[in-house]
Amino acid sequence: MIHRFLPLLVTSAVLVVGFLLCAAQFPAFASLRVVGNLLTDNAFLGITAVGMTFVILSGGIDLSVGAVIGFTTVLLAVLIEQGGWHPVSAFAAALAVAGGFGAAMGAVIHVFQMPPFIVTLAGMFVARGLGFVLSTDSIPINHPLYAELGDLALRFDGGGKLTLPALLMLGVVAAAVVCAHWTRFGANLYALGGNRQSAELMGVPVGRTTVAVYALSGLLAGLAGIVFSLYTGAGYSLAATGVELDTITAVVIGGTQLTGGYGYVIGTFIGLLIQGLIQTYITFDGSLSSWWTKIAIGVLLFVFILLQKGLLAVWTGRGGTPAEA
Amino acid sequence: MTDPTPTASSPLLAVRGLSKAFLGVQALDGVDFTVRHGEIHALLGENGAGKSTLIKTLTGVYQRDAGTVTLEGRTIAPRGVEEAQRLHIGTVYQEVNLLPNLSVAENLFLGRQPMRFGMRFGLVDRGAMRRRARAVLIPYGLTLDVTAPLGRFSVATQQIVAIARAVDMSAKVLILDEPTASLDAQEVAVLFKVMRTLRSRGIGIVFVTHFLDQVYALCDRITVLRNGRLVGERRTAELPRLDLVAMMLGRELEAAAHRIAPPVDDAEEDARPPLVRFRGYGKARSVEPFDLAIRPGEVVGLAGLLGSGRTETARLVFGMDRADRGEAAVDGQAVRLRGPRDAIRLGFGFCPEDRKKEGIVGALSVRENIILALQARQGWLRPIPRRRQEEIADRFIRLLDIRTPHAEQPIQLLSGGNQQKALLARWLATEPRLLILDEPTRGIDVGAHAEIIRLIERLCADGMALLVVSSELEEIVAYSRRVVVLRDRRHVAELRGGEVAVDRIVAAIASESVPVEPRP
Ligand SMILES: Nc1ncnc2c1ncn2[C@@H]1O[C@H](COP(=O)(O)OP(=O)(O)O)[C@@H](O)[C@H]1O
Ligand SMILES: [Mg+2]
Repeated sequence: MIHRFLPLLVTSAVLVVGFLLCAAQFPAFASLRVVGNLLTDNAFLGITAVGMTFVILSGGIDLSVGAVIGFTTVLLAVLIEQGGWHPVSAFAAALAVAGGFGAAMGAVIHVFQMPPFIVTLAGMFVARGLGFVLSTDSIPINHPLYAELGDLALRFDGGGKLTLPALLMLGVVAAAVVCAHWTRFGANLYALGGNRQSAELMGVPVGRTTVAVYALSGLLAGLAGIVFSLYTGAGYSLAATGVELDTITAVVIGGTQLTGGYGYVIGTFIGLLIQGLIQTYITFDGSLSSWWTKIAIGVLLFVFILLQKGLLAVWTGRGGTPAEA
Repeated sequence: MTDPTPTASSPLLAVRGLSKAFLGVQALDGVDFTVRHGEIHALLGENGAGKSTLIKTLTGVYQRDAGTVTLEGRTIAPRGVEEAQRLHIGTVYQEVNLLPNLSVAENLFLGRQPMRFGMRFGLVDRGAMRRRARAVLIPYGLTLDVTAPLGRFSVATQQIVAIARAVDMSAKVLILDEPTASLDAQEVAVLFKVMRTLRSRGIGIVFVTHFLDQVYALCDRITVLRNGRLVGERRTAELPRLDLVAMMLGRELEAAAHRIAPPVDDAEEDARPPLVRFRGYGKARSVEPFDLAIRPGEVVGLAGLLGSGRTETARLVFGMDRADRGEAAVDGQAVRLRGPRDAIRLGFGFCPEDRKKEGIVGALSVRENIILALQARQGWLRPIPRRRQEEIADRFIRLLDIRTPHAEQPIQLLSGGNQQKALLARWLATEPRLLILDEPTRGIDVGAHAEIIRLIERLCADGMALLVVSSELEEIVAYSRRVVVLRDRRHVAELRGGEVAVDRIVAAIASESVPVEPRP
């Protein structure tokens, strides 16, 4: 029983210990304001990482998410600033385009039996390219609604607040947990990641599920793009470069196996917080180069992957003999 | 659940003229197959006969090329497993078809989870799923943690979960494709009890197995396939085992050949010390423990239906699979065979059945293929000089009459028979003391066939010991001094001297299983 949640427990322990260490060094760390900022700063990453978790659970990968975020911000800026669209219609259009883009990649992967790595790599180039076609410059978004949405927040005593992006992320994470464990779609994802052929022989609609999971990942990348544009107040085709790797890192640190079939959405969320924690610590310290973030995350990633491998070996070997009749 | 009303007139499931081809292989050719209400119907045939393909074409895993399928008089054409399941056809496919990463309960209910707040957009009722999962497993005597990942349980338990899932979905038809392969006797008994209960409820059961005892213990009717064609359908009670085996093998028993090799004095022969001797040698889920002794200059044949454990026996002897019980001795000295390298060091050679996959290296020349095993034994750090390689290759090309323009010809350009001879040469070059041949004459023309048999006889006259697996009974009879007959992964008989004859082999394959006394 404990085995299954061990990667999750270890990740959580790292987060708690890390947080306590930071708080011990900088007393100001343990405040609602810091936590609130951490959530806001990482909101777009978190939303994207949820989609990535689903894709990886199903045995795939989606390298296009960063590019889709960048493209979405440009699309929004162009529609609102140059096309005169109301932001809400622009949001709807952006979500539809991003979701459709993901669905198309999923369809290619399923119909032509192509490796997801290649297809989404191509998708990444296409999405970045399309962003540049729309505009090569950073376009500021000045619509009043943007300012309003930017101010929207749940405020707490002591200066802490949960901004709209943070709230959106928390909502997405909660919905994703329900989706993963209490819906047939969720069960089908795990099935697909476990063994595609077996899933098919058990009646899982493999094609539909594949298309749906990439569509979902695209959609969430689109939502992350909206959040990113709210956060930065601009649209830029080079925005969010490398985000696909940051999200994959969060997923892996969160205990999800890259080969699919094992893992938890909540683990990804914790993985994301660990990354955010390291970043915040380095900002607090002030003397460390921001590259230390990368190094710390790199080391952490390595350790977690070793841990997973070890656990899996123990567990698929003679790790615990279940009660059998 | 619908209540199937048994009507004598209309069959439950009727397959007519079903055909299915894969790139170049006609896996099914106009097959008819009928399942009635409340019967257990054995679908039999050797490996590759098309049983699994018939099942998969029926349930929508494959799309058929031609033919019709009716279920209770209505034409059906499921386009996928899901649709077949909705038609109340539950199937356990031959491949392990469950998910090790999901819990037992999730495996049992994948795709049909109990829901709350509406079927379509509701949520999975995990509590109800756990409770129902426990209930579903009760008839099988399994009480386990249904929330644990399935991969943590033994293969047998996983197999039972797969069966329980299919049974739970099969309100009309249950199809089991070799479900008993990894079950022990007690688990098989439980499965049979469940199958009988379902039969009494009017469900039609299709049962694929290699175990003839199971067929006669359980099944009402038998359909036999061979090479993708229907051989016939019989009532079990009216089909003696011998006739069944003849149907599966496709051979007329009257034409049984008798041995050509002169009988030898058994007592004198048996007094000679064996080159290799195995006692109680076996491997769980592969071959039951067996005793086997082979003397220098002796050919021992391994006969049995495909899948009866012949190749597995050969692989154990060569150390390709590791035995988990019993002992082996060479020249009276106990040895351990931990891999082919050990076997090669002891002077064993092995020509595998599938020479394309395990034998020849197509792009290399005939010479390179021939010296491969010798070079491997010497170690790659001590290359055999080119001159010597050429000598060896030329000698064997002459000796075995390998038809090739020259020794440098890529081996893939040779005919099957000549490839087989080159493969044989590879092992002969190592001067083995025991040579194992798995289907040495498969897929080669008649002329080469005779030559290989002559060669086998000559080798054994030179004092080499041979262990030969073959489906060609006449051939085995022609060169073997002794024949070990296998059935259901067990050595069931050893024929020697005058006993070596095709009809005796067929009779042994078809015999009821009675524990055989291992010979001293
Ligand atoms: N997916 C496939 N692709 C190509 N050939 C196949 C496939 N499945 C089965 N075959 C071929 O069809 C024939 C029948 O195989 P199968 O139905 O598995 O036999 P059985 O179950 O009776 O042992 C064999 O010659 C096999 O090689
Ligand atoms: Mg089969």
